[in-house]
Amino acid sequence: MFKGLIVIILTSIVVDNYVLTKFLGICPFLGVSKKVGPACGMGIAVTFVMLLATAATYPIYYYLLARFELEYLQTIVFILVIASLVQLVEIILKKYIPSLHKSLGIYLPLITTNCAVLGVASNNISDGYVFIESMASSLGCGLGFLLAMVLFAGVRSRVEAANPPKCFRGMPITLVSASIVALTFYGFQGVIENLFA
Amino acid sequence: MLEAILIPTLCVTGIGLVCAAVLVIAARFMSVRENELEKKLRECLPGANCGACGFSGCDGYAKALAENPETKTNLCIPGADAVSKEISDILGREFADTVEQVATVRCSGDCRNTDTKLDYHGIDTCQAVKMMYSGDGMCPCGCLGRGDCARVCPEDAICVDRGLAQVDFRKCIGCGLCAAACPQRIISMMPDVKRQVVSCSNTQKGAVARKNCKNACIACGKCERNCPEGAITVKDNLARIDYDKCSGCGKCSEVCPVGCIRTADYSGKHRQKSCENA
Repeated sequence: MFKGLIVIILTSIVVDNYVLTKFLGICPFLGVSKKVGPACGMGIAVTFVMLLATAATYPIYYYLLARFELEYLQTIVFILVIASLVQLVEIILKKYIPSLHKSLGIYLPLITTNCAVLGVASNNISDGYVFIESMASSLGCGLGFLLAMVLFAGVRSRVEAANPPKCFRGMPITLVSASIVALTFYGFQGVIENLFA
Repeated sequence: MLEAILIPTLCVTGIGLVCAAVLVIAARFMSVRENELEKKLRECLPGANCGACGFSGCDGYAKALAENPETKTNLCIPGADAVSKEISDILGREFADTVEQVATVRCSGDCRNTDTKLDYHGIDTCQAVKMMYSGDGMCPCGCLGRGDCARVCPEDAICVDRGLAQVDFRKCIGCGLCAAACPQRIISMMPDVKRQVVSCSNTQKGAVARKNCKNACIACGKCERNCPEGAITVKDNLARIDYDKCSGCGKCSEVCPVGCIRTADYSGKHRQKSCENA
């Protein structure tokens, strides 16, 4: 069981990285990765929201939607629940932990309808994970997102300092470097399965 | 047939209503009362959170302004006159002029003027280098050139060129973070007007100072004798300018034999530009 959880976490961090292999959550990946500090903040906020979203959507799916055979409503209900959950978290943070709200607060509205968060919630269902496995998977995905953000922020600071041809400047060179970073993550295919074999 | 439409609709509506109710209740019982005035004041501050005003950041300054009517409106140096004006407009108080400041490095010992006395390999910060025999440079008072100041600068206004920190006066917002970060204490915040700067901090005796750095103040006292305003005094082997008296005539720069007194002419020009941008 414990080994299984570790495998799930490691797999979702490096092999099935949401940003670099599944191409979800690209907008914050490109938007907030200019500096390492904000990239870290965004990554931590996403991890936090992914865990919360999974904890909330898992029971809703199995105890409400599956019971009434409304599985096809999954996407719209998940969006609804995640968006209001994030808003609620924001209100609670603002009231009780203002310092945390100050550092995470600006990222929370950005992730209310983030595709990576929704993707984690619905992939956990389609992979048939039980609750604890879903939580492990969303933790892993969040950490994977954080890793991708921080790595790319580092790459990007180098790219900013470089002097590419004029037609590549700005977004084009960023996308090219993102694809190279994504390519490196393909090197992890098959590593985790054999790690515990 | 009706059921197939009704149940999902009710289900989604129900979930939506529950979510809405929870949010409404949360907003009702857990909302933080924000002072409108404070919010408005906070919006006109630059948001660099540099602490130059003496409060814990822009939020702290806005709070102090809103709550304490005796807080001065001209404390925000990066925001300069424009912000001071906005604040005094909001609070309905008299406009007070802000004394704009710029960071000035009181050293000109770059690699052409001075040399190193030891070969340092280690943590690459001024703080660390300073612990080794007060730095690896010949001059014990000079710039260490590891860029501690550049790292704390919120505006990227400082770059280290040839082992000497240089301030870009067009970018400097006068927050004073670099002055606090410098272990040699050779960065001063000076009023942003035309004036003379002694770009040396060496307090060694003339001959020793000269040996260590070609640009060092040798405390010859020529500037002191030639200053028409009597603004310069040589104390501890270093010329010091009293900016209350200095008229910025430039006489001292002309007579200085080592050329370490320089004219700095910013006169707030860049400041107006940055206000327009903001």
